Amino acid sequence: MSFTTFIQHCLTGISLGGAYALIAVGYTMVYGILRLINFAHGDIFMMAGYFMIFAMVSLPWAVAIPVVIIATVILGVAIERVAYKPLRTAPRMSIMISAIGVSYLLQNLATYLFTALPKAYPTIPLLKKIFQIGDISASLVTFITPVLTIALVIGLVMMINHTKIGMAMRAVSKDFETSQLMGIKINTVISMTFIIGSALAAVGSILYFTDRMSVTPFSGTLPGLKCFVAAVLGGIGSIPGAVVGGFIIGICETALVALGYSTFSDAFTFVLLIIMLLFKPTGLFGEKIIDKV
Amino acid sequence: MKKSVKWILNVVMIALVVLLLIFLENNKSDQGMLISVLQKGAILAIVAVAMNLLNGFTGLFSLGQAGFMAIGAYTTAIFLIPVAAVDGVYYMNGINPGIKAFKEVIETAPSWLQACYPYLALIVGGVFAALFAALIGIPVLRLKSDYLAIATLGFSEIIRALLSSPQFDTITNGSYGLNKIPGFSNLLIPFIIAGVCILLMILLIHSTYGRAFKAIREDEIAAEAMGINLFKHKEMSFVISSFFTGVAGGMLAMFMRSIEAKTFSIALTYDILLIIVIGGIGSVTGSVLGAFLVTASKEWWLRFFDQPQTIFGWEVPLFRTGFRMVIFSILLMVVVLFYRRGLMGTNEFSWDGIWNFIKKPFTKKKTAKGGAAQ
Amino acid sequence: MKRILAIVLAMVLALGLMAGCGDSSNGNDASAPAADNGASASDAPADDGAASSDKVIKIGVFEPITGENGGGGFQEVLGVRYANQVVPTVDIGGETYSIELVEVDNKSDKTEAVTAAQSLMSSGVAVVLGSYGSGVSIAAGEIFAENQIPAIGCSCTNPQVTLGNDFYFRVCFLDPFQGTVMANYASQEGATKAAVITQLGDDYSSGLGNFFLKAFKELGGEIVAEEQFQTNQTDFKAILTNIKAAEPDVIFAPSSIATAPLLIKQARELGITAKIMAGDTWENATIIENAGEDAEGIVISTFFDENDSANTTAADFVKGFKEFLNATPDYLSKNGGDGVAAVSALGYDAYMAAIEAIKAADSTDPVAIRDALKTVELNGVTGSITFDENGDANKDMAFIKTVEGGEFKFLKTVTISE
Repeated sequence: MSFTTFIQHCLTGISLGGAYALIAVGYTMVYGILRLINFAHGDIFMMAGYFMIFAMVSLPWAVAIPVVIIATVILGVAIERVAYKPLRTAPRMSIMISAIGVSYLLQNLATYLFTALPKAYPTIPLLKKIFQIGDISASLVTFITPVLTIALVIGLVMMINHTKIGMAMRAVSKDFETSQLMGIKINTVISMTFIIGSALAAVGSILYFTDRMSVTPFSGTLPGLKCFVAAVLGGIGSIPGAVVGGFIIGICETALVALGYSTFSDAFTFVLLIIMLLFKPTGLFGEKIIDKV
Repeated sequence: MKKSVKWILNVVMIALVVLLLIFLENNKSDQGMLISVLQKGAILAIVAVAMNLLNGFTGLFSLGQAGFMAIGAYTTAIFLIPVAAVDGVYYMNGINPGIKAFKEVIETAPSWLQACYPYLALIVGGVFAALFAALIGIPVLRLKSDYLAIATLGFSEIIRALLSSPQFDTITNGSYGLNKIPGFSNLLIPFIIAGVCILLMILLIHSTYGRAFKAIREDEIAAEAMGINLFKHKEMSFVISSFFTGVAGGMLAMFMRSIEAKTFSIALTYDILLIIVIGGIGSVTGSVLGAFLVTASKEWWLRFFDQPQTIFGWEVPLFRTGFRMVIFSILLMVVVLFYRRGLMGTNEFSWDGIWNFIKKPFTKKKTAKGGAAQ
Repeated sequence: MKRILAIVLAMVLALGLMAGCGDSSNGNDASAPAADNGASASDAPADDGAASSDKVIKIGVFEPITGENGGGGFQEVLGVRYANQVVPTVDIGGETYSIELVEVDNKSDKTEAVTAAQSLMSSGVAVVLGSYGSGVSIAAGEIFAENQIPAIGCSCTNPQVTLGNDFYFRVCFLDPFQGTVMANYASQEGATKAAVITQLGDDYSSGLGNFFLKAFKELGGEIVAEEQFQTNQTDFKAILTNIKAAEPDVIFAPSSIATAPLLIKQARELGITAKIMAGDTWENATIIENAGEDAEGIVISTFFDENDSANTTAADFVKGFKEFLNATPDYLSKNGGDGVAAVSALGYDAYMAAIEAIKAADSTDPVAIRDALKTVELNGVTGSITFDENGDANKDMAFIKTVEGGEFKFLKTVTISE
């Protein structure tokens, strides 16, 4: 493998990892606060793809992007209100089944509304501009994805560490009940979590689909699961962990495909997960959880 | 209700079922849809009860069913594809000479062996699934609820990737899948196998082991304090559940006649989860009922949602391809949110239950149903 | 409250059951005439008796409407629907039967294909047309053979579809032929290094890729890269980067319509300038629409050219089919304009072959129709059609097209005699 080929592969992997990282942050935040694997998160990401297709029909891209982010946020919060909130006191298994149910519903709804045929993703001319450096050639979105991801995540970490709502979030993730007793409005915090998670998923969706150019009702399932694995890998509840996990998975996946093992690229993610769970269940950056009787 | 009455009702019900099956056997061509729905229902009933054994009775939220079904299905299929069809099936990459030689030996086996060969293949499929479960159970069962779910789901995906990988082309035919799998020789067979499997699981649930499983479900720490070996019982529940799931996978292969790795994706696990949620997590009869109801509605009764309909010249809006599944997912959400116990909750079917159900609206008395533990 | 809900649910399900039974009994009535002449069919789809006054013969349409091949499958269905509009009845034994199309969607999925085929069998069809995509046809072939219902494939080009199956026929050419045609074309254009991209698990794609590979090597060319991707994969950058490093003259990438624009655009994005070639599936206007300028210069082989004036049947078909498309806006939009796709022509030809066979058999019995198919001679839109002992159409001509100025442009025909 020549050097330029290697660099080209690296670019692809890092760009994919960036998109994964943005989705993984959504998983890690929801898990941190609700202790819930939001199985529907991957499908929210898929729906954001469809929103963009419809928004771009009549709007210029600069207007369409905020519209899509807002629509995705509304969807995310609505899901929390309808499907998760009534089950807050129910057993863990029920709320997980509810999450799976929402994911099932979103996929079927998308199949019904937009048909199962792949839909072409609109081109954002600026992002699709092709850059050529020597023998390496890629569109702007490939370069922009990791940069934007890191910038957004730094912003998010600042928010969590230095604002009031951030402090409330940290408190809730430490101890749900006690923080409630301390007067923290738990519903606001949870809504905020879903707002941030969905907004990041929308941005991730724009970057991911601009690169891949087609959306189907099932394009969210596998990226969704992989990003959850990314979140576990980095230590669930830890935002920098999710980002690192996202990049690791994106790069490993690209490397496997490049080496000709494309069948294993999806399975490898889960192998990583299981190895991680066995040797360091709390992930790379996670805190140790003690079981209380 | 009197015991003798129950006996009579039981006998009548079984007789009715057998009569229906015999009627269907004799009228195969007219009732194609009903037969295929019933067969698929019976197969899914085994998987649903097996999943319930794990999720409902032992409290282990596992999402690996599709993977174990895949192991069972591929094993059974590889054993059963006739020698004559082998070259056609493996036309792309050729078949492993060992398997072919084995098949040729079987072809010359005495007729009694030939007759029970399909059942042996099913059992071997189940055993492979159970072995694999035993192997992965050791690390995975240490994990708690949602980590366990995601880890089993991961394993199911890994199995799928292995089955479709080009490295195993000569055994599993890679991602091209297997076809020309012989079906059931008689309509009654899947129902008999399903009956036997479910009966075995019921016996297990009612044994001391079954009670230990339930104790683990209610409170792990308390169960451990009572002297129940947590790992041993969890592993046992996992292995047994996987065995039956594997058998059902083999039956699914025989039912569908053609399988590929894609068949056993996460969606299949979700479908089974849907069945046990609708039937009631923790109820065997609920799972069986759920399996038949869900299969029948999905494949047959609710098909009309997918076709544009006109009633008295008025075209019903919304009816087109995909609407059926939307209705179905909404139904699932309604059950999860408002009717969490599903059809049966943790109760089992009993004539007393039916009797009380009919009687209740008329007498306002609060009924105390036997064994309704909650 | 819950009790009432339960009772309502039970009633809804019971109603559904009745509706279901109602449907199935209708189905039996309608297919009853099919068994009247059923002398030899053991599995005739219905029992004798209760013959209704208007005679109907059912033809099953087994095509993908959704899934990755949904676009092409629908074009094929359009061809069949148009043919049904042209010839809506057939005379059997002095009586006029109206032809009813029973369409099922196999969702481009081998598992769904089996279910869909079973539902066709239970609805009592006499002949099946389809499918687009070889994998689904191979998966369902067994079901057709077992129920002794003849099937006529429209554009399933993999040899395995008809091989060893007495009931499967097809009206198109085969992949070994198509692969050779494309390899010949590539080497005539001066290409010496080729890369092949195929889809794992797709019989059509890997089959055609293999035949191209063999033929190209025999012509003295070199295969510099062989890459595979998974179904539903949308990111081809990693494999394309490898291909770029191998510097091929041409890339042969037989794959689905949905994959095509992604592959083309990503290749150009990575700065790959090699000529991209593919098989018959890529002749679809949506590819040009989605890939835009990047689609310019791709080369494909196909079954039919709408501007071919030599064939009068074809000229009539093209004229009529365009009117048919323009009459329904929905068809027009799904077809991506009023261009006539080769698969539509094949759908039409398959339907006509079925009609000819029914006439020749003078019976609605599926086995008699199968026997008649073996001797059918049809002057079809895509050339004259006769079937060989495998059930394959004897065809020896392919059309090579390229994309120029945003549309498919005919380059030349290639004939290879064996």
